[in-house]
Amino acid sequence: MISDFGVVWSERGLLLSGLANTTILSALSAIAALLLGTVLTPILMSKRRWLAIAARGFVDGMRCVPFLLFAYIVYYGFPSLGLRFDNWTSGLVALTLYNAAYMAEILRGAWAAQPREPIDAGIAFGFANLGLFRRMVLPPLLLAAGPVIGNQTIQIVKDSAFLTIIALPELTHAASSIQSRHYVPFAAFITAVFLYWGLCLVIEAGVGSIDRLAAARR
Amino acid sequence: MSTADILAIFGGAVVTVTLSLTGILIGLPIGLALALLRWADVPVAARIVAIYVSLLRATPLVTLLLLLFFALPNIGIAIGPISAAILALVMNTSAFNCEVWRASLMNFPKDQYEAAQSVGMTAPLRFRRIVLPQIVRVSLPGLVNEMSLLIKVTPVLAVIGVVDITRAAVRIGAETYEPLPPFLVAVAIYAPIVFALVALQRWIERRQLAAEALA
Repeated sequence: MISDFGVVWSERGLLLSGLANTTILSALSAIAALLLGTVLTPILMSKRRWLAIAARGFVDGMRCVPFLLFAYIVYYGFPSLGLRFDNWTSGLVALTLYNAAYMAEILRGAWAAQPREPIDAGIAFGFANLGLFRRMVLPPLLLAAGPVIGNQTIQIVKDSAFLTIIALPELTHAASSIQSRHYVPFAAFITAVFLYWGLCLVIEAGVGSIDRLAAARR
Repeated sequence: MSTADILAIFGGAVVTVTLSLTGILIGLPIGLALALLRWADVPVAARIVAIYVSLLRATPLVTLLLLLFFALPNIGIAIGPISAAILALVMNTSAFNCEVWRASLMNFPKDQYEAAQSVGMTAPLRFRRIVLPQIVRVSLPGLVNEMSLLIKVTPVLAVIGVVDITRAAVRIGAETYEPLPPFLVAVAIYAPIVFALVALQRWIERRQLAAEALA
């Protein structure tokens, strides 16, 4: 058993590049999903009914579809519609679109719970539209939604493991190839599990420090 | 895509729903047991449960599934795809359920527990009559939410060869060179199931809010 871990250690380059790919993939799509979510949220709450209904349809639709099925559709199904991406682009697009729906819903929930007064004060000071949104609405919103956004980022890390099915060389894929090359399933996958755990603990610690920052500013 | 293909996907749906229900039914009481171990602060066991939950919550289901499916036979435990699938689902969902149960246990009013003690109820009776009925109600929305999450990760089971909705759809897509239609059928099966659970969760929350407003 110990020698199995020796084999995994000798393949550490592969495993680390898998970890790096998982981290990059998750970070990029978390940022992109958050940006897309901040655009979607005002549309969800828009007074133009058809806009709000379309956004609501997208958000609820995404939340009812399993991520893996969505990734399959983007990678194998989109080419029939004339959209052909390589596995990296497909993975990023799938992770981003899927999680943008969750981010939008998280931000909407936090927005609904925000006090009205600072925004009214902002309007009184002459802020309007984008300026009002960027200066008065968004900062407290992001701080309030911070912990939930952190949880969603952990979800993105875990979702990224599904992309092993479209042969994206992320952490689970690296562990799979080590196991198939040397037949050391336990050592290979348990190492991957602990690396995922580490990554999630780092995200939790990051969220914790943002939380403390928010508490200090209050 | 022929009628037989659509029937094959529905056959996969039966497998998906059966495995999900099995996972939920076994995972619920195990989650409660784990939460009780932490709540009662049983030495050593409480620490182990805390680490188990933290680790399992950070582990993607695919990785866990591959670990169980390939590593258990390696150490002499024969396991088929179906048993590996159920074991992985139970391990995953019990960790999340444990957190839901634990949150409602932590918020359980202590005075009620003490009142039950003062009228001489034994510990098992206190739990069954006083604690359980109330924490079930508080935990219900969270547990239903976890059920919808569990159903959403079941396509992963296709990776180790369980012929569920997703694997049936992939196979038909590969045979017909038209992957989109079978995937859309698969989505059309998944979406109503998940949506029903989400709607159920919202309904329970609304009903509880209304009951609180009356009280």
